[in-house]
Amino acid sequence: MSLDEYTRREFKQVGTRVRRPDGVDKVTGRAMYGADATAPGMLTGRILRSPHAHARIRSIATSAAEALPGVKAVITSADLSVPEDEFIRDVQDNCMARGKALYDGHAVAAVAATDAATARAALKLIKVDYEPLPHVTDVDVAIRPGAPVVQEGRALENVPAGMSANVTSHSEFGHGTPAEGFARADKIIERSFRTAATHQGYIEPHACLASYAADGKADLWCCTQGQFFVRTLCSAIMGMEASQLRVTASEIGGGFGGKTTVFIEPVALALSRKAGRPVKIVMTRDEVFRATGPTVSTSMDIKIGMTSDGRITAGEAHLRYSGGAFPCGTVDMGGQAAFAAYDLEHVRTFGWNVLTNRPKEAAYRAPGAPQAIYAVESVIDELCQHFGLDPIDVRLKNAAKKGTKSSYGPTFPDIGLVATLEAAKKHPHYSAPLKDGQGRGISCGFWFNFGGNSCVSLNVNTDGTIGVTEGNPDIGGSRASISLMAAEELGIPYDRVRTIVADTSSLGYNDVTDGSRVTFAVGLATIKAARAAIRLMCERAAKIWGIDAEAVEWKDGAAVPAGPNAGKFPPMSLAEIAAVSFETGGPIAGHHEVNVDGAGVSFGVHIVDVEVDKETGATKVLRYTVFQDAGKAVHPSYVEGQMQGGAVQGIGWALNEEYIYGADGRLQNPGFLDYRVPVASDLPMIDTVILEIPNPGHPYGVRGVGETGIVPPLAALSNAVSRSAGIRLCELPMSPPRVLKALTGAG
Amino acid sequence: MVKVRLWGSLRQAADGKTEVEVEARNFKELLDRLAATYPGLEPQIRRGVSLSLDGVIYREAWFTEIRPDAEVVLMPYMTGG
Repeated sequence: MSLDEYTRREFKQVGTRVRRPDGVDKVTGRAMYGADATAPGMLTGRILRSPHAHARIRSIATSAAEALPGVKAVITSADLSVPEDEFIRDVQDNCMARGKALYDGHAVAAVAATDAATARAALKLIKVDYEPLPHVTDVDVAIRPGAPVVQEGRALENVPAGMSANVTSHSEFGHGTPAEGFARADKIIERSFRTAATHQGYIEPHACLASYAADGKADLWCCTQGQFFVRTLCSAIMGMEASQLRVTASEIGGGFGGKTTVFIEPVALALSRKAGRPVKIVMTRDEVFRATGPTVSTSMDIKIGMTSDGRITAGEAHLRYSGGAFPCGTVDMGGQAAFAAYDLEHVRTFGWNVLTNRPKEAAYRAPGAPQAIYAVESVIDELCQHFGLDPIDVRLKNAAKKGTKSSYGPTFPDIGLVATLEAAKKHPHYSAPLKDGQGRGISCGFWFNFGGNSCVSLNVNTDGTIGVTEGNPDIGGSRASISLMAAEELGIPYDRVRTIVADTSSLGYNDVTDGSRVTFAVGLATIKAARAAIRLMCERAAKIWGIDAEAVEWKDGAAVPAGPNAGKFPPMSLAEIAAVSFETGGPIAGHHEVNVDGAGVSFGVHIVDVEVDKETGATKVLRYTVFQDAGKAVHPSYVEGQMQGGAVQGIGWALNEEYIYGADGRLQNPGFLDYRVPVASDLPMIDTVILEIPNPGHPYGVRGVGETGIVPPLAALSNAVSRSAGIRLCELPMSPPRVLKALTGAG
Repeated sequence: MVKVRLWGSLRQAADGKTEVEVEARNFKELLDRLAATYPGLEPQIRRGVSLSLDGVIYREAWFTEIRPDAEVVLMPYMTGG
């Protein structure tokens, strides 16, 4: 498709802070989340999970559980097919272990019973004969030759010979000859970094209700970021035609990438098929932590050279990511993003994905980028400190801009990094005085964004109101922004538009709500659908006036003659045209289906002030400001919310959150008491500065904003801590014990 | 002929080169010719790739036209959260 070029315009509704359409439902408890679905005759599903980090499953005896009164079905992997497609087979094997349990918490069997107590009792009656195997949960151990092998034969053709069988893929990006650049440097710093796996931490656990009918049709209600992709995965796993499975997405209590795949949905469907009754599964928090996708854990080596006046001469990164027990391509994204903010003559990144006995990675906002950029931005900051240079000036000196050959290959078109850095530099936060013991850190961030498959149907009701049907769960305000764009294009008030999220039988395929794509891509489809409806309304007005359709144009929510030669007719409003639609040819609607490209990359800069308590090692965040290029901010409050949410999740990642495994390979902290996310009392107000640099690939200049905000906090916090406490930590999280240990070590 | 830049780890599948030339008017032809000329690239193309055309990244867009002087970069398939 050709890109839809931006046209500068004066907005009347886009850019306003209208009331959110889901507000009343959510504050009154009326909103229907995944666990709220019910059906007559519904059974309760429960899943038995491996207590071993790695074990061969010799046998599973289910007869005692099946004989328990109230138990209606028991399934194991034997009740599921073996999909030919490797990607889908991995998804299925993660939902239900086949042959081996690959991590603590891996599902091995499931029951459906008339109530939860019976289901729990039945799980205890299932006898699994395990042969425990050596395990490995640390990426640096797993990459060594001779480490326990998580899965055999999973290496792609790009993995060099002689590496551990746990290495599943290798990638390399960059240009130039780093050795030449390093030779020109006045100072080279090499550091090794590690980041812990962190969970997306959504408040709503995974939940679903499956109802498989005797005629082979099925309905599935679930909390997900993408009901169409759920249908793709589940229909393949269940051996169903897509048309026979209808998936309806509930309201969603957070996803952040973690609900872009399935964990319990195929299990519920298989139980329902076997029991002949609807089955509902709701994960406990313990299950969410142990068996859904955290992000990757990493180990990274960074080498950067700089001249004494702050010019970066070369950069090199070696990235080792583990996406858990299954192959994972996230390291490719990290390798591309690592140096994206810089205009470098010599740059190279190398990446390896390594299997470990951990849960299968799921996406988490800008997957792969926060870790690599944390490591690079930390070394840049250390070089700035070494030379006594201003960290924003150094970034401006080396900033990628239009015409820069990016570190991942393409030459950048217009991008907003320099404007974002300049906004940060002139902001009062950057020049505000600090007290003794306080430190200020900054970091750049980058994310690609993308568009994707999007369908929108826009119906003009006879009372002049509009119904917009789209296919992406609203995880960040998309219903408001889509309604705003429809209202803007049609020229009617926002409150006359209602946007709903359709099930998979009501609309064509929509990609998952991910990649910061929905306001950009579905918004574009909405604008096009509105234009299609406008064309029809102009035709109807032309018929009523008895003139050619080409002689009618749309202005301020009404059809008007295009010029003096078209005749003199008063404007005919949308409501007036809609009111007579039955008489003028039938209902009026517009629709648009498209695979959108041209999302445009996004940059952000964060500034944070902290104070490290040298007695406890605790870091207090004192002030935080986010600067981000959002393109046109359709609903600024939601954009600010995305920026604030990303910052807060990044703060948690930097300071406290981590998956902690014991020597037995079991997760030690599967709950919010021991896995500590930031709460409101931990934080100052996160200030935001939206830069509106129009995206040339969208009619309104819209750019995705959902992911970039989580990228800079890791390094911004690390850089601030180094300036507050005088120590450079190279491992996340910078939890109080780790900081205290570093302080003690530093004397 | 269109010049296509490959990422570094594809070098081994493209006779040691990170820039290759193929005759192609659009993305579909480009991917087909790449796979035919360099069979070692076929597994990666089958798994999924993105393409950057003059700095704009496309994930699936077979019939996007490519001018002979355009900058074309093969990239891994973009994923997000």
